Amino acid sequence: MTHLATITMSPWFAQADLDWKTFALWSVVKIVCVVGVLLFFVAYSVLAERKISAFIQDRLGPNRVALPLIGSIPVIGPFLTKLGFWQPMVDGLKSFLKEDFTPAHVRKVYFWLAPAITMIPAFLTVAVIPFGSTLGNQQMVIANLDVGILYTFGIVSLGVYGIVLAGYAANSKYPFLGGIRSSAQMISYEIAMGMSVIPVFMLVGNLNLNSVITYQTGHLFNWVLLPNWLVFKQPIAFLIFLVAAFAETNRMPFDMPECETELVGGYNTEYSSMKFALFFMGEYANMIASSAMMVTLFFGGWTLPWFGLDQPAGNFIGGVLHIGIFIAKMLAFMVFFIWVRWMVPRFRYDQLMNLGWQRFIPLALVNIVVTGAVLWLLAGH
Amino acid sequence: MQAALFYFFAALTLVCGALIILNRNPINSAMFLVLSIASMAGLFVLLHAFFLAAVQVLVYAGAVMVLFLFVIMLLDLKEEDRRKFNLFGIITGVISVAAIAYISFAAIRSGSASVSRTASDIEGGTLPLGKLLFTNYLLPFEILSVLLLVAMVGVILLSKKDLK
Repeated sequence: MTHLATITMSPWFAQADLDWKTFALWSVVKIVCVVGVLLFFVAYSVLAERKISAFIQDRLGPNRVALPLIGSIPVIGPFLTKLGFWQPMVDGLKSFLKEDFTPAHVRKVYFWLAPAITMIPAFLTVAVIPFGSTLGNQQMVIANLDVGILYTFGIVSLGVYGIVLAGYAANSKYPFLGGIRSSAQMISYEIAMGMSVIPVFMLVGNLNLNSVITYQTGHLFNWVLLPNWLVFKQPIAFLIFLVAAFAETNRMPFDMPECETELVGGYNTEYSSMKFALFFMGEYANMIASSAMMVTLFFGGWTLPWFGLDQPAGNFIGGVLHIGIFIAKMLAFMVFFIWVRWMVPRFRYDQLMNLGWQRFIPLALVNIVVTGAVLWLLAGH
Repeated sequence: MQAALFYFFAALTLVCGALIILNRNPINSAMFLVLSIASMAGLFVLLHAFFLAAVQVLVYAGAVMVLFLFVIMLLDLKEEDRRKFNLFGIITGVISVAAIAYISFAAIRSGSASVSRTASDIEGGTLPLGKLLFTNYLLPFEILSVLLLVAMVGVILLSKKDLK
């Protein structure tokens, strides 16, 4: 059994000699930690969204929730209350306690399935992202796949089903229109997104995300100030990927599927309580997953080119530091996501489609050809 | 474990495949097709063809089937529910299924020696597969891409209302 399992699993992972049971144990530990941290970030990015929007609109944001005991600690208690630190907890509780109402006219099976289908892909994509170098003798990635990026795109593309099915299941006009809009939008931008990363892998020569990070170590042109990140080598690819990520996560300039003014909330109109909360959390989980993806592909993942932080950590502190660097970069992207939402007005639907099909896809194709030509010239032909 | 997983995915593929044609509601059929595609990706993983598995999910489950759903939702589903079997459909269906069954049976019987070629030839996937596609199988690859181009041009031609 052990022998067979090792053979079966070995191509998936670089460390073929790893014992099957240790591997299974560590995988479970990593999955539990990553999902826990992800859920924490989902909850608190909702708070961040509310706080940042309040700051931008010159309001205060959530500042009332206080816990009985901690709230009466002199300085920290009121500070946490003002920060809205307990707000996500109360929001979650509210979602659980609300009546879970299923309207009579919905298609029940899909109505139940859709929120889960929205939520699950966001969690699955995180599996291949290296969120740190090593901790002890464990690589800080759940699954070190050789087809890493293809896996991610495959899973991300399944996320559309959640919204499409929600629109269909609701069996009423506005959710249906939201679902249809979303499927068209997400398919369009998936093409641009997929094409935008091809030059990255032409440079790296490998689909494994760990190789992408290894490629980005060191400095650009041996210049100490500039890291060798792919965002400097492939700015157009990054731009397309960034905009496509906004479209894929249905964030503000492209939030057509839920466009309140036109669609009364869109695909989630008929949902209430925890099912609605799942859609809501799915959006933030998707934002986190695509932030992590952008950090890995274009911003060097867990590396920093200074103080030797671009090599796998030799000790425990180094390992923790790498995870910290990754999370810091990811959070910067989250703030950017949120900031854009409160700064930019919504696109019109035809503008959105034109941008995707007539600007980004040709641009991505040109980028592929130019990158290929440059690589060909550099190879000495 | 490998054998158990194989039987699980094979059974899932077949059951979903049967449910695709047994369902009256086209949306249900499409969703079962997605499931059967996903479980086929599982079979590819068991054959160590990771690239194929990923592309299977990405292209078929993620893109083609979403477009299917998109189109089905815009059609009038009630008409499909009322439709009865007709003789022409049954005859052509039986003939085509018999032809496919015969081809696959003949292929399995003639190709007994090559069954053991699984992992060692195309380990992991992308690099060896790409090399094979651009050397040994370049002509079929190019012909297929021209075929897709023709299909694309055809679609544009068909969807244009007035030809100038």
